[in-house]
Amino acid sequence: MGIENNALISGVDWLINWGRKNSLFPVTFGLACCALEMMVASCAEYDIARFGAEVFRPSPRQSDLMIVAGTLTKKMAPVVRRIYEQMPNPKWVIAYGACASSGGIFRSYSVVQGVDQIIPVDVYIPGCPPRPEALLKGIMELQKKIQKETIKDRPLITLPGKKSA
Amino acid sequence: MSDNGEYLKILSGKEAGIKIVPAPPGEPCAVVGRDSIRQVLDHCRYDRDLGFNMLVDMFAVDYMGEEPRYEIVYILRSTKTNARIAVKTRTGEEGIETISDIWPAANFLEREIYDMFGVPFANHPDLRRIYNPDDFEGHPLRKEFPLEGKDFDKPFVVDLENE
Repeated sequence: MGIENNALISGVDWLINWGRKNSLFPVTFGLACCALEMMVASCAEYDIARFGAEVFRPSPRQSDLMIVAGTLTKKMAPVVRRIYEQMPNPKWVIAYGACASSGGIFRSYSVVQGVDQIIPVDVYIPGCPPRPEALLKGIMELQKKIQKETIKDRPLITLPGKKSA
Repeated sequence: MSDNGEYLKILSGKEAGIKIVPAPPGEPCAVVGRDSIRQVLDHCRYDRDLGFNMLVDMFAVDYMGEEPRYEIVYILRSTKTNARIAVKTRTGEEGIETISDIWPAANFLEREIYDMFGVPFANHPDLRRIYNPDDFEGHPLRKEFPLEGKDFDKPFVVDLENE
């Protein structure tokens, strides 16, 4: 019987995860054509606000979701990594589209073959580009994933400089 | 549209050693030696009868195995007469003189050619790579460059500490 099976901790987990999963603030950030589909997802027709993820923050320091939408070139990779590092914990990453997931059609000297080579990815969304519905589905899958987390793996408070999941 | 051939005749009158090559109507093409390219382009820009005041594009072609190896192509346009002209020259690894003082637009275009083909431009004010990272090895549009580049099968590592 560890601390993670404690009824009190489970209840707190549920409440914290419920709060986190329904207020995913994505960082305003797009690399290529997939970003346009991401913008469409935030407009009235698809209305990403239904999942509490409509507040695209202009600063990584106010965000907890990074949607990597588009081709990640090797020249851009340090910039994306820096944006990820600037985001406070807890933070999640969606690889949106074939290029972000695996390099896509760009099997080339200039393109990183998947953003998972430089940052940890929670949800991969295939497609070239994926439809806005696919992004909504990806966010729903991420919400399911967040609901299963415990504060043991992802602490409630992370001290500056401490590495977290 | 006229075939703009009269501009080639004017240009040939100004400078010796210009070879006129067949080209589609409206797009005359002149081939110039490496050493006289600067004078020819200076005529194209400033001569009263020519007045090609706009450098539309400038690019290189790699003819691997031929000597000299690289062809540099300048596409010029006159905004007054709406005429077009292409000027070509050949150069090897030794490079060619810059024209970024004649058309400032050539600054970035020459940097692109330097980045992709490794052709240096003498007297260029700021000859650095423009598309590839500064520590990139090789010149990707050269024929001998493999499409996937170096270390393609290894994971790509970002080292923020040493950026």
